[in-house]
Amino acid sequence: MKSLEELKALRDKMAANMGIREDDSDNIRIVVGMATCGIAAGARPVLHALTEEVAKRGLKNVTVAQTGCIGICQYEPVVEVFCPGKEKITYVKMTPEKAVRIVNDHIVNGNPVNEYTIGSTVK
Amino acid sequence: MREISLNILDIAQNSISAQASLIQITIEEDTALQRLTVSIEDNGCGMSEEKVKSVTNPFYTTRTTRKVGLGIPFFKMAAEMTGGSFDIASSEGVGTRLSAVFCTGHIDCMPLGDVNSTVCTLIQCNPSIDFVYTYWCDGCAFTADTRRFKEILNGVPIETAEVMAFVRSFLEENTASVRQDALQKSKSPHNQ
Repeated sequence: MKSLEELKALRDKMAANMGIREDDSDNIRIVVGMATCGIAAGARPVLHALTEEVAKRGLKNVTVAQTGCIGICQYEPVVEVFCPGKEKITYVKMTPEKAVRIVNDHIVNGNPVNEYTIGSTVK
Repeated sequence: MREISLNILDIAQNSISAQASLIQITIEEDTALQRLTVSIEDNGCGMSEEKVKSVTNPFYTTRTTRKVGLGIPFFKMAAEMTGGSFDIASSEGVGTRLSAVFCTGHIDCMPLGDVNSTVCTLIQCNPSIDFVYTYWCDGCAFTADTRRFKEILNGVPIETAEVMAFVRSFLEENTASVRQDALQKSKSPHNQ
């Protein structure tokens, strides 16, 4: 059983590794739409897959966050990627599998996954 | 919505918009009575009496992108179609409390779903808000309180992956153990 004692040990371990924080100016933001429309369409597992993959790869300059209704409910779950100095990329009809690929191809390697973007879905 | 836990995630967003600093989510399962009670309470800005009356109307919303607001109507409908009930009370400057009772034996009752995932998502995405999650099953219970977690963390951010992995397994293991305790209790001859 997990106890709060374990949390204390974890804190001590983490406090030792803190302090080296990367510059915020190169921070990449991944935002998931989490209003009624997004949640009903499956945003929660998408958000979970994104955070898991970011954690697994130990990406320090990436923040995964949530937002409300973006206004394109028919394309939910929607994920937006904000890279500093670049145009926002909007991914639509997301799944946990697509989320993993976006972290790998777009976030890590810098190649947006064109086939999942709103531009290639809406004709 | 396919799970009650997704409704909870959705309803909690209202508390976040209401600038709550503390959100309390309580789930009570009663397997003998086949009842599931969900309550969500916040200390946000609250609503006027008039507004409370209108929030269950799907054609009322505060957002500007659409003319419909389905969060609370969905939650209410999900409870009422099982023969259960829904209640909302709010007071301006004090907060809002919602509760819904589901009759779990009813064919239209959605599964509770992955509440732990809902709680983790809320904690991770809103590190500045405190959450108290209590899970009851047939008289046995556990509570996860982020105020207690943050006190122990002493400045280490709760939303970091390692801490969230702890929170997730804390929730999962305690839920399993509460269910186990409840089962043991129901089997015990002294109980009958």
